[in-house]
Amino acid sequence: MTSYEAVIGLETHIQLNTTTKIFCSCKADSWFDPPNTNICPVCTGLPGVLPVLNRAVVEKGVLLAAAMHSEIRPVSFFDRKNYFYPDLPKGYQISQYDMSLGKGGYMDLPMPQSGGVRHITITKLHLEEDAGKTKNEHGRRMIDFNRCGVPLVEMVTGPDLRTADEAAQYLIRLRQLLRWLGISEADMEKGHLRCDANVSIRPVGATYLNTKTEIKNVNSIDAVREAILKEIDRQTREVDAGNRIEAWTLEWDEDRGVLKKMRSKETEADYRYFREPDLLPLRLDDAWKGQILSGLPELPLERRARFMSEFGLPEYDADILTAERRLSEYFEAAVKAYGGDPKRVSNWMMNDILRMVNDRGISVTELKLTPVYLAEIIKLVDSGTVNTSTGKALVQKVDETGKAPAEIVQAEGLAKVSDDSAIRAVCQEVMAESPKEVAAFKGGKETLMGWFVGQVMKKMRGKADPALARSIMEELLKQ
Amino acid sequence: MTDLTDLTVLDALQALRSGQVSSRELTQACLDRISRLEPAIRAFITLTPELALQQADEADRKLAAARRGSANFAPLLGLPLAVKDVLTVKGVRCTCGSRILENFVPPFNATVIERLLAAGVVVLGKTNMDEFAMGSSTENSAYGPTRNPWNLEHVPGGSSGGSAAAVAAHMAPAALGSDTGGSVRQPASYCGISGLKPTYGRFSRYGLVAYGSSLDTVGIFARTVADVAALFPVMAGMDPLDATSMDLPVPDTTLSASADLKGMRIGLPAEYFIDGMQPAVENLVRQAIETLHSLGAEIIPISLPHTEYALPVYYLIAPAEASANLARYDGIRFGFSQQEDEMWAIFRESRGGGFGQEVKRRIMLGTYALSAGYYDAYYGRAQKVRTLIKRDFEKAFESVDAVAAPVAPSSAFRLGEHTDDPIAMYLEDVFTLPANLAGVPGLAFPVGFDGSSMPVGMQLMGRHYREDQLFKIAHAYQQVTDWHRRSPQLA
Repeated sequence: MTSYEAVIGLETHIQLNTTTKIFCSCKADSWFDPPNTNICPVCTGLPGVLPVLNRAVVEKGVLLAAAMHSEIRPVSFFDRKNYFYPDLPKGYQISQYDMSLGKGGYMDLPMPQSGGVRHITITKLHLEEDAGKTKNEHGRRMIDFNRCGVPLVEMVTGPDLRTADEAAQYLIRLRQLLRWLGISEADMEKGHLRCDANVSIRPVGATYLNTKTEIKNVNSIDAVREAILKEIDRQTREVDAGNRIEAWTLEWDEDRGVLKKMRSKETEADYRYFREPDLLPLRLDDAWKGQILSGLPELPLERRARFMSEFGLPEYDADILTAERRLSEYFEAAVKAYGGDPKRVSNWMMNDILRMVNDRGISVTELKLTPVYLAEIIKLVDSGTVNTSTGKALVQKVDETGKAPAEIVQAEGLAKVSDDSAIRAVCQEVMAESPKEVAAFKGGKETLMGWFVGQVMKKMRGKADPALARSIMEELLKQ
Repeated sequence: MTDLTDLTVLDALQALRSGQVSSRELTQACLDRISRLEPAIRAFITLTPELALQQADEADRKLAAARRGSANFAPLLGLPLAVKDVLTVKGVRCTCGSRILENFVPPFNATVIERLLAAGVVVLGKTNMDEFAMGSSTENSAYGPTRNPWNLEHVPGGSSGGSAAAVAAHMAPAALGSDTGGSVRQPASYCGISGLKPTYGRFSRYGLVAYGSSLDTVGIFARTVADVAALFPVMAGMDPLDATSMDLPVPDTTLSASADLKGMRIGLPAEYFIDGMQPAVENLVRQAIETLHSLGAEIIPISLPHTEYALPVYYLIAPAEASANLARYDGIRFGFSQQEDEMWAIFRESRGGGFGQEVKRRIMLGTYALSAGYYDAYYGRAQKVRTLIKRDFEKAFESVDAVAAPVAPSSAFRLGEHTDDPIAMYLEDVFTLPANLAGVPGLAFPVGFDGSSMPVGMQLMGRHYREDQLFKIAHAYQQVTDWHRRSPQLA
């Protein structure tokens, strides 16, 4: 039996999180608003209106293009894409065709299993306006124009992905990037990030492309993975049975978890593109471009790599600490304030800080525990001023009060007791109260040592230096 | 004062400011004349007498305040104006001469309307036009044709025929039109009045219902060039709602009493005097050029070698843009809608029943020109030739200040004369199309009458954003001639 590999390309539509729409001043996001409330003559295409380009859309588009390593055209053009549909009020969509904002581009996608990277090329990156929405309700077709004119970037990959997992990984990394850049909420459930998948299969080792099918209406990363898996399965069965794959458009039925054929795609639609005469060419002079790109941060995958090379973090830690831009910035600030081994900071981040923010559903920037305070706490533990468990309690206390760790240690007398005589007195007290255990220990049950130290720590409310407590206890018991 | 409707814009403004006449009186005089002549001429699709009188009363209050010295005179305070039914006036039905917009009431003012209202104009009504400005005779209107006031058997030209006829018949001292391929200059010429097509980008197109977006301009009709120049600065200038409007200073268009054209170089393009044009038209235009020469202008023979391609280029580009611009008339949100059970049937029947023949012809022409496999040969090539036509003008304006030419090959033809022959109709635009393709300004004004007593006009085309030079030349001509003072004899 031939073994096959899948060839997958993803077509994404990214809703930019601008305040207003791309060509008018209506509010862009209508997720919480009733139908047809964020509309005006321009976005509903009344006779006589003209589009005026929102500069914020260009700025966010340029950031994405730069982050995708696209060539940013100094002059790009808008075009009209002509087709009839009731939710497309002008009868054409203003888009970019042959001279779009971004040319080419790529993302080097880390592969979690193999540890390598997959080079994903970008074949299209352009700005366009969204259309409205239609739905059938009570036997009537309803149209909501709120979404008309919402700014989108359409970004299409080459046929470079090979598995459903890789496709999911690409979307995870893209979502991370969009949020990192602050240009889209990138919530697939809310349609901020939409994905169609083109899927074909071929014998392993082949370089040609077979007929592909297009999967539409998948609105979560899990659904994309599942739909692609099912489609690869279906195509494999068809080809094994000697059937030809036809260029269908398939629709993912979320509820039933199945693909349904929407239509055969025998001929390409003719959109009769031509230059949008109502808009001037989009000119990005060096000053504007420079100003936009001055806001381009280090990218998540670059920062991830740097955390590994510069800080010596394991891939696992670097991945988690760069999942979100503010988290990575918090970590880096803490490392800087700490000055010691970054891995030590990473451990505190992963064990304590992340648990705290995840439990409370907040961002690290909302913590009263600043990166500098975290560094101070770690240093207090390192110097032996407080023990580890006190340090962990301090994390909570600092965040509750917003007070400096040293101040809390001082006020609450949390500093570790290293006074030999104080600990010795408590050890003697514990021995006096536990004659049975002392007898057992002396009878050879030396595993009780931990229990004795624990009793001492308990009596001293954790402030005793545990190592010192252990050696004193040992000395007394072995007398 | 004899008849208030005989006042030019400048005379009317003076009379209004001095208090000799009120805006209500002037407006009422226009409305009365419209009532009397409209059954014969049919210049209007929609009249707005109540709105007009309300605006006139408001203007009278402001005029009184200004006379007391407690406010300034807005530049056009109290002036009645007719508006082509292709420009939106908030709350007033806007049909574009089409059945498909028979019930469309726009919720916003066109920018030029907004500026004119702020300057104090009074809107008399919306004038007749070829459907969506596609035509050269105003016969392609779903609301019936307009008649030429000089001879009711003749067309007023088009597509802004209603506005031209209204001004020629003294129903209004001035009117707005639109010029995509000659739709202001040709009817101005046919009706013996003055008409300006400004530089593309000079007036905002916001609120001008689109036909050919890269060619469309808002234009002005009045009986004298000085009147046109009086409206010009009010309407000109950058508009944040139109990305193609230019942020340039508006030149001073105040005209002096001098008729001296010394130092002015006027080009005479060989390609605009062709076989088959009406001899009277050629003679009158050449005489007018002689007059300009006698006023001191230097007349220089020039060549605009790609002129002959303007017609085919225009009839690819304009319909292509129109095929997209008119896609919004789908029977879903506004206008004529044929109720059907199925979505595609609503589109098909609403458009099928709502659009007239010429509009359908141009939508099909444009759709074809943009189609895969044909784009390069038609639309793509047309754009390249358009660039050559632009260069012709750029080159000409290196050596001349303006180009003088006939507006159309003939004077106004008879109703029905060209309706069965679209090509003959398209040929009426042969001299006006190049200015639209090049984006340069064009000013038409009367230069005489032919053997059948129909008016004949001439046009001056100028450098981008140099309308002031055209005004200067044409105004000098009108200082020494009186064609612009002739009026049709109407019962």
